[in-house]
Parts: sequence; structure tokens; C-alpha cells
Amino acid sequence: MMTFSFLKEFAQPRKLKQQGILGMNQRNNMYISRYNPRKLFPLVDNKLKTKEIAEQANVSTPELIGVVDSQHKVKSVDKMIAGLSGFVIKPAKGSGGKGILVITKVEGGRYYKPSGSECSMDDIERHCSNILAGLFSLGGGIDVAVVEALIVFDDSFEGYSFEGVPDVRVIVFKGIPMMAMMRLSTSMSDGKANLHQGAVGVGINITTGEALNAVQYDEMVTHHPDTQKELALLKVPHWEEVIRLAAQCYDISGLGYLGADVVLDRDHGPMLLELNARPGLAIQIANGMGLLPRLQQIEAANTDSMDLDQRLAYCKQHFG
Amino acid sequence: MPSKIPFRIFVAILFLLGVGSIAQRHYSGEIPWLPGETYSTWMIEAKVEFTAQGDAVNASFATPSTQSNFTVLNQTAASPGYGLSFVDDRAQWTIRNADGKQDLYYKVNVLTNDIPLDVVNEQDVSIHKTTWLPPYDIAAEQLVSSAMEKSADAFSYSRELLKLLSGDDLGQNAKLMLQQNSKTNLFVALLNEANIPALLVKGLYLEDGRRQQQLQPFVLVIGDDESRLIDVKLGKSADAKNLLLWEQNGEPTLDLIGGSNSRVSFSIIQQTQPVMQVLKEKADDTDLSNFSIYSLPLEEQALFKGILLIPLGVMIVVMMRILIGLRTSGTFMPVLIAMAFVQTSLATGLIGFTLIVGIGLVIRSYLSRLNLLLVSRISVVIITVIAIICLFSVLSYKIGLTEGLKITFFPMIILSWTIERMSILWEEEGAKEVFVQGGGSLFVAVLVYLTISNELLRYWAFNFLGLQLIIMSIILMLGTYTGYRLLELRRFKDMQGD
Repeated sequence: MMTFSFLKEFAQPRKLKQQGILGMNQRNNMYISRYNPRKLFPLVDNKLKTKEIAEQANVSTPELIGVVDSQHKVKSVDKMIAGLSGFVIKPAKGSGGKGILVITKVEGGRYYKPSGSECSMDDIERHCSNILAGLFSLGGGIDVAVVEALIVFDDSFEGYSFEGVPDVRVIVFKGIPMMAMMRLSTSMSDGKANLHQGAVGVGINITTGEALNAVQYDEMVTHHPDTQKELALLKVPHWEEVIRLAAQCYDISGLGYLGADVVLDRDHGPMLLELNARPGLAIQIANGMGLLPRLQQIEAANTDSMDLDQRLAYCKQHFG
Repeated sequence: MPSKIPFRIFVAILFLLGVGSIAQRHYSGEIPWLPGETYSTWMIEAKVEFTAQGDAVNASFATPSTQSNFTVLNQTAASPGYGLSFVDDRAQWTIRNADGKQDLYYKVNVLTNDIPLDVVNEQDVSIHKTTWLPPYDIAAEQLVSSAMEKSADAFSYSRELLKLLSGDDLGQNAKLMLQQNSKTNLFVALLNEANIPALLVKGLYLEDGRRQQQLQPFVLVIGDDESRLIDVKLGKSADAKNLLLWEQNGEPTLDLIGGSNSRVSFSIIQQTQPVMQVLKEKADDTDLSNFSIYSLPLEEQALFKGILLIPLGVMIVVMMRILIGLRTSGTFMPVLIAMAFVQTSLATGLIGFTLIVGIGLVIRSYLSRLNLLLVSRISVVIITVIAIICLFSVLSYKIGLTEGLKITFFPMIILSWTIERMSILWEEEGAKEVFVQGGGSLFVAVLVYLTISNELLRYWAFNFLGLQLIIMSIILMLGTYTGYRLLELRRFKDMQGD
């Protein structure tokens, strides 16, 4: 029957509720607006500020090369990046991975993106102008361009990512890491690690760092679409350090419900890439479980007075 | 967790206020539920004729005022050369010099109310006792006592009195009295004789297409609790249906100084007017309790007709986002596009919008290679949009499609931003996302358009301001909705766990 097959495309709300799936409205209403005070948003919406507070708390972040904060400084970008073999230019207030320019190879005045396509100094300057004018920024306001050192990703991720740096998204609720996922860029996502752009999300066991499920465009996958590597074999190294770093983000930002994006640099280990005050919901599909049971468990427990180690212990004990 | 009860009470109060205001507008403001309804109004023209005596003329003419079964909508008077003023329910014509036959016209529009005539006596009517000369004093006394004997109160007294004064076989006393007085005047005098206040009023039965009508006298008998209108000629209570009381103060219909041979006649026509027309005229009757957009000047009214529809559109956008989960480019842009559709009509609007944005995107893709700063690039896009609009207008006019001219109704800044955002979306996320968000925006815009171009909703938004409160309470409730969005049910369909 026509109507019946149409209905099959939709889940029953009752069943989703049983699985503890968090919906967008509930996330906004009961978690973001309740646990993330509005005045803290600028801290995470501005990557420069995030970097600042992270450094104060000795949380490592990718090295800052320079900041382009006015139009006349655009011309001095070439001096800033002179002698570097790779760098990243991003808007301080960008959202959803917009406006991030990654240069992985510099050869004779030519700049190459991870995909191999080349761009000129003019292109780079234009990109900076666009960032300054607020083209990629939340609300379209004026912005500054941040130039950062390129991250050389850890060897254990070889073959898991296509033209981009894989990162780990950890959801931290009231300081307790509660769910994690690895985000692998694909040819579809153009080297970016954002799931809505086509990156692969791999659910990660929050206590062990081992892969659970994987999704692309909200559909289950088992192998990386470009490299055909089996995703179930993925295991994040230095996992203890990764979730410790993520849990620390609660202390430095004050946000009760946050997504911490952590990258693993071959030389510097886990580094905080950025914080997100409105982390997405696809992590539930990647993990094959809903966020709600754990959120409610933490809400019901008396966790307010716990320090960092106690919170990590709580995570290990309850979410194993 | 803060209690939700105060919030819910607040929302409930808003909602009830809205419902209450709508009910009040309908029941006491007499605004009908449906826009198509018509009201019957009467146009009554009074013609005052007299012969002027070559000197100053002052004609004071009684005019009707609003009563329970009729509402006076407007009144006009035509009288070349005369000065005119309306004072205390009377029209006053004045002229320094007039000679010969004079015609003065007075015209009034009244609206039929659904309430029967209820004569409320607001004034203090004094009892005026006539001093009768013999033998009339005895005749009057006997009539009074005879009616008194058979009656219990003011109304039964007047009924008995009327019996004595009417019929074919009148008593001697009645015959004697009627030689000297008109029946109506005698009736009033004898009521007063029995200490019952009574007032002579004049009224007009409204019948469509009547001409050369005269005012008819009625006697208002004032009892202890109520007043009744008596038709002396027929000898019974007056038939109140379609009766318009013209003069209710016991004063003469026409008070003429400087003229003679005066005559007043009335012509009556019935008109069916659309409700809106009537409401407009009713609202001219300005007081604060009559809180209506209609009391504003016409130009502001037209402005509000658009503004008051925006909450409806906004509510649809809120529903689409919170309940369905549709993505649109720019939260409230669909509302603005829909407002433009209202002016262009849907088909023209859709084609025009798609054409302009499409061509704009092509031009914008060239601009993106020019390495321009954002503000100047958007400015160039704005100018380009204007150029496209000019070109379309001229082209469509030349080939005879006047519909194409409507394209100018689109807000250009909105179009330019749309092009800019779509273009960036295209570069960043690919064509698919452009079609998803652009299509989403257009879909919501069409929905909003269908809503705000609905005749009934337009009528309601404009005439029942309480609707705005109801919309607000709905949006407030939606703001606390924590259930799944429809599209999330599809997104998480593999997560049902079976």
C-alpha cells in the first residue's frame, strides 16, 4: 500500500523516545538554553578567545601564526606565512567549518590545497578579505582571519581520512565526557570534517576509544568511501588524554553542554581545535544510541562538586 | 528546573484575552464572523419645503439619533446658499436673505441592528396639567376617573383611556373633548392628568422605495419600570418593526423662523452594503471603547492590512521549523517573499523570483572572481538586480505581458541578499544545498502566501485584533515544544531499535 510504504520512511516518536534519542527542540530547550549561559557563547564562537582561555589553562591548541584583523594587513599575509610548508586560515567566528582554507604544500610561490588544486597569493588575500567582511561568520558581522600551523595527523589515522585532518568530537555534559565520535573527511566533504557536508562519523566507545558504528549522511557505512578502509578497526590512540582534554574544556569555558573538537597531532599529541556550544545530533546515529539516557543519568547524579579526576572516573564507571 | 506553571498561566491568559477580545468584537462590536456578509442600510431623505418671506431664515430640523434598532451611520444636508450646523440632534439651516420657494434636503444613512426597538427614556419628563375650562373640566375628570377605575397601572390606564377615545360609538365626554383637541394631544393631556408622564414623539416606518412619507406621532408612556410606545391612531402599542424614531424629545420636527407654508416629506430606500463599508462608517463614531483599525486614516489602514498579516506568516515559519524541521535560507525571508507574492500574484511572483535569483547567481559567479570586498560586491548585486528588473519590465511590456511589470514589487535588498547567500552556499556546500534551502524557502513562502491571501484570515487579522494574542500564545507554546521534528523522525529512522 502506498501510504504504508510512505510511513516506513519515518520512525515512530514513541520508539525513538524509548531509545533515548535527543531531538533538536529538546536539545535547544532543555540542554543548550539551560546549561549554556548566553554570555559564554562568545568564548566558543570566537576561536581566538577559545585559544586564549585554553592557553591560560594549559590546554594545548594548534600554534597561532598570526591574526589578520584589518583590510590593510591582508597584504602582509605573505610575510606571515613565509617559509611555512603548510598552514590553515580560518575565520575566528566561523560556523560549520565555513571559510577554512587549508594549504598543505607550498612550492615556488604556488600554494596547494589538500585536494591538489592550487591557489595563488591573490586567492589567499581574497579569502582573507572575505573573512574580514564577515562572509563566513555567524550573523554576518565583521570578523578576523586566524592563521594557524598545519596539523600533521597521527599515523594511526592513515587511510581513515581523505585530504583532511580527522578530529574527535566529544560531548561533555556538566564536565563529564559522555559520548564521542571521530569525524573523517571524505572526497564528498572536500576535506572538511563536518558531517552535514559528507564527512564520515564514527562512534567511539567513550571509555576505550574503539570504534562502534559509522555513518555518512545519516546512513550506516562500514568502510571509508574513498580509501575503503574498514572503520570498525579504528582505535584512537592516547584516548585517556583526549577525554581528559575534553573534560577540561568544561572548566575553561563554563559551558554545561558542549562539544569539544580534539585533533591528534603526530608531534604534539591531542590538541583542542575548537569548542561548540551547539553540538549536533548525528553523534547519536554514529554511536547507535541516544544521548538522553546518559544526560538524564548525569542530571540525576550529584556531580556538581566533582573535580576533573572524579568526573573522568564517573565516565569510566558508568559509560563503560 | 523552573516551574512551568507561571508560564502556562501567562500563555493561557494571553489566549483567553485574545478569545475574549474576539468575542467582544463580535457580540458587542457586531463584527460578523464572515467577511462576505452584507448589512442592510436605509437611506432616508427628508425634504423641507417652505416659502421664504424675503428676510433672514432660520430653520431648525429634528434629526434622528442612534437607537437600539438602528445605528445612524452618517448624515448630510444639501441646501445651496444656506449655512448649516448640526447641534443637539438638530440640523440648523440659516441664511441672511431668502425669498420664494425654498427646498432644503437632509439625508441620513442608518444601519439595521438585530435588536428590537427598546425605548429608553433618559430624560426627565415633567407632568404638565392642563387647566380646562368648563364644561371640559368635568368631561376630562370623568374620562380620567372612568379609565382609572378599570386600570391598575400606567399601561392599563392608557389602554382604557384609548378605548374611551376610540371606536365608533364614542361617549359624550370623549366627543366633547375631541372637538377641541387632537386625539394624540388629548391622550397625552389625560395621561398627565392621572400623574402619568408621557411624551409625544415622531417616528417613521421604513419601507423600501417609499416617497412622500410623513412622520407619525406616537406617545411614549412612561411607567414605573419601563416605557411603552403607543400608536394613538391604531389605539394600541406601536408596531416597533422598522420604526425609526425621528424626534424623541417632544420638540417640533421643524422650527422655522422667516418662512411659511412649510412642509416636510420623506423618501426612503433600502441599500445592501458590504460589511466592511458599514464598519468603516461605524468607526467614524470615534470613542476609545471602539478600538478599531478603522478609526485610522485610510492610508494607515492600508498599511496595517499588511502589517497585521505578518504574525500569521511568522507563525507558519515557526511551525515549519519547530514541528517539521524545514531549512530555509534566512529565518523570516519566506515571509518577506510571501508579502511580495501578495502584490505580484503567485505565478508571476514565483517565475519572477526564480528568474531574478537565477540570473543573479550567474552574474554573481562572475563577480566572485573579481576579488571584491563583500559590501561592494553586494552593492553591485543590488544594482544588477535593479537592472534585471528594469530589463524584464521593459521586455514584458513590449511583448504585451503587463504581468511582468509586477516584478518591481519584489524588495530588491532581499533579493540581493538571497542571491549572495545562495551563491556562497553553492560554493561552500554545493548545488544540492542551494536547492534544498532555496526550495525550502520558496515552499514556506508559498505556504505563507496561501495563508495570508486567504480572504477569511485577512478579514480576521484585520478585524479581530485578539487573533494576534492567540497567535502569540501559540508561538509561545511552540517555543517550549521539546518533541521530535517530523524530519527528525526520518533522520533517525534507523535508530528505532527493532
